[in-house]
Amino acid sequence: MPAARPPTDSAPDSVRPKIGPLELFIAFSQLALSGFGGVLPWAHRALVERRRWLTQSEFVETLALGQLLPGPNIGNMAVMIGYRFAGYAGAAAAVAGLVSGPFAIMLALGLLYRSYGGLPLVQHALSGMSAVAAGLVLATGVKMTGSLKRHWRPWLFTALALVGVGALRWPLLAVVGALAPFAVAAAWREEA
Amino acid sequence: MDDADFPGLGLHFALLSLMAIGGVSSILPGMQRYLVDVNHWLSSTQFANAYALGQAAPGPNMMFVTLLGLQIGGLTGAIVTTLAVVCPPVLLTLAVTRMSANNPDSHLGRAVRGGLGPIAIGLTLSSGWILAQSADHDWRRALLTLATVMLMLRTRFNPVWLILVGALAGISGMV
Repeated sequence: MPAARPPTDSAPDSVRPKIGPLELFIAFSQLALSGFGGVLPWAHRALVERRRWLTQSEFVETLALGQLLPGPNIGNMAVMIGYRFAGYAGAAAAVAGLVSGPFAIMLALGLLYRSYGGLPLVQHALSGMSAVAAGLVLATGVKMTGSLKRHWRPWLFTALALVGVGALRWPLLAVVGALAPFAVAAAWREEA
Repeated sequence: MDDADFPGLGLHFALLSLMAIGGVSSILPGMQRYLVDVNHWLSSTQFANAYALGQAAPGPNMMFVTLLGLQIGGLTGAIVTTLAVVCPPVLLTLAVTRMSANNPDSHLGRAVRGGLGPIAIGLTLSSGWILAQSADHDWRRALLTLATVMLMLRTRFNPVWLILVGALAGISGMV
């Protein structure tokens, strides 16, 4: 693979394996398609345990930065890992691998839904699935509150976002735009 | 919707994607509002169904946006919503990676994470709340939602099995 390794990365790369865009595409396709119910555990298994492209701590650092940035965490990780090994081509290949297989599956599911979504049996199955899916998201939110500090301020911002977006159904962009500057400024002062 | 709506759809989803702190589930209320409440391209049941189907399939959780796009605008819609959600965060991440001195433990990094984290949690809970309102038309389904929350908090089942149980519960007429 001809892609040049980016010069900006400061990590010691004496042990870093040489991996090109094609290998990145294949690896991320595989881990995306094996990931039922979230890809992250599979990413860890594939990249750290099986292929040994990343060490445990490199994986955690990448995840932390991926969570800090907006967007799908695993997508952000794909960008960083792809870029690290094979520059822009690597980043593009990793993201393409992550998305293209699931994209095709979604198209197939969507066409099935269009043909059979009206059948009573399918409707019943979907209503049960939707009730469970709502519970999954709620549980994720509840689990996330475990990371909040024992201080009233973060809980206040959680509550304001929940009331504004969830209960009052105000536009998300406006609510986040109004809350974010205060929340970050408060956190900045706390951290200082 | 008609073809003239694609740029607006793409722009809206792209803006939302940059607000998706803590994952794409946090911006689900924004998508629901745009597609269901404002433009009436989908019913809230269709929206909840698309989300559930997306969770039942392999791949990143965000891929339900492909299904939303497909339902409202065919293949073009699917491409527009998927690219709109994937590309802006990818470009931003690439920019941050380039300026790689930016490590997650810098003061600004900690302040951003510490400040936006609580908001992301409120948004995620809002997503669950809105999905539950769309999906739970009676007490039995509400109970199923509640049971799911309990199981997720107390056990380490793969969510896909719970979705399968939900499908079976629906087919068998329990909910």
